[in-house]
Amino acid sequence: MTAKQTPLYQTHLKYGGKIVEFGGWLLPVQYSGIKAEHEAVRTKAGLFDVSHMGEVTVKGSDALKFLQKLVTNDVAKLADNQVLYTPMCYPNGGTVDDLLIYKENIREYLLVVNAANTDKDWKWIQENATSFDVTLANISDQVAQLALQGPLADKILAKLTTAPLEQLKYYWFWPEIEVAGKKVLLSRTGYTGEDGFELYCVPEEAAELWEAIMAAGTGDGLIPAGLGCRDTLRFEAGFPLYGHELAKNISPIEAGIALFVKLDKGEFNGRDALSKIKAEGAAHKIVGFEMTDRGVARAEYPVLVNGRNVGRVTTGSYAPSLDKNLGLALIDAEYAKVGQQICIEIRGKSVLAQVIGKPFYKREGKE
Amino acid sequence: MNIVQGLKYSNGHEWVRVEGNQATIGVTDFAQSQLGDVVFVELPEDDIIVRAGDGFSVIESVKAVSDIYAPVSGKIVKVNQELVNEPEIVNQDPYEAGWIVAIELTDISELDDLMDADAYERFVAEGGH
Repeated sequence: MTAKQTPLYQTHLKYGGKIVEFGGWLLPVQYSGIKAEHEAVRTKAGLFDVSHMGEVTVKGSDALKFLQKLVTNDVAKLADNQVLYTPMCYPNGGTVDDLLIYKENIREYLLVVNAANTDKDWKWIQENATSFDVTLANISDQVAQLALQGPLADKILAKLTTAPLEQLKYYWFWPEIEVAGKKVLLSRTGYTGEDGFELYCVPEEAAELWEAIMAAGTGDGLIPAGLGCRDTLRFEAGFPLYGHELAKNISPIEAGIALFVKLDKGEFNGRDALSKIKAEGAAHKIVGFEMTDRGVARAEYPVLVNGRNVGRVTTGSYAPSLDKNLGLALIDAEYAKVGQQICIEIRGKSVLAQVIGKPFYKREGKE
Repeated sequence: MNIVQGLKYSNGHEWVRVEGNQATIGVTDFAQSQLGDVVFVELPEDDIIVRAGDGFSVIESVKAVSDIYAPVSGKIVKVNQELVNEPEIVNQDPYEAGWIVAIELTDISELDDLMDADAYERFVAEGGH
């Protein structure tokens, strides 16, 4: 399969993006540098191209009923114009994907899924819809998406729209407003642990929208931000990444996001399995850890306790905001307590680490 | 991109500065820019013997883990301990303060297998691998 370009591919080249392949897409891993971009998003603002994300619409009289079966969180509690984060599970409790659900009204929802999972999810969603009165559409190719993230995102966006941004609360959206003269769906959402927005527009207008936002924000320190810092930012903020902390064989309970599994909402895919895991306790858990000896843990490195393999690293990196080498690992539940000494096997050597709490980073003023 | 005249270069993007029978080794400006922000350097012990082609150090950036291979054979006589606490020196000053080790050469003729600055520049222009 040839990797695809987003509508902003030429823009990335123009801004000096270093292009890599990710989830079947050609996207910039960085422009000026991962640390500088990370820092900009934490202290000022960064602009991301996230057009690779997949979008699926679910419409019809059974839309709510269908989504309640499809995902683990409670879609019924959503108001119009509200956004919900939810895992989507297999009947055995393993995770198909994690996604956002935008409720336009009781008959119309937008699902935003991970790029690398779009084809798989689309198939899964269709297979599960057979007995429901819903109309599904995979509109991924008709939607571009930008993410403007950081404490100054609000100030920058305010220069480009007359909409009262202060009224748009975290995890709410407006289905159609004008930003820089372009019609966008605007949500106060993101994957960085900072305040920020995600803007959905038609692909033809993505490059102009990007330029308008950059022009409005450059004076405030806005810089383009790539996938590299998107990963370090979400990692510090404790958000799971599918394929790392969530997977076909990692349930949301094991991933530590049981909060988004509502066992009492009625029947849904994976409910029985997840109830059982919750009642009996997960055998493995995602934990955070800090390297206490010198070394950087990386995904797939073995985790050892007393020389015995007890799990593996799912994400490991230098964490720029904390200036520490940190990681997430899936390990036997008995070693998941904060303070537990573990070892990470790095190139054949056992390097000391300690289980610590998650998330590693919380923005000021956020509970 | 900065390529310094008078140094020798390997196809693994290491540079070698020869003084007498001692070779100081680091990574090139091209290498550090490809790596991105360096956050960790794993250094070898003093006094170990390496052969040309052996991995003797590991440089890690935020996203990448890269082995550094000895461009020449010999005994490691000096290690740049500054990189332990300030790995970012590799990005900031790859040809001077960012040196990694010094090796006492066992076979000075191995230097003939390396590129000079002009050849290295062509090598990078052609894709660098």
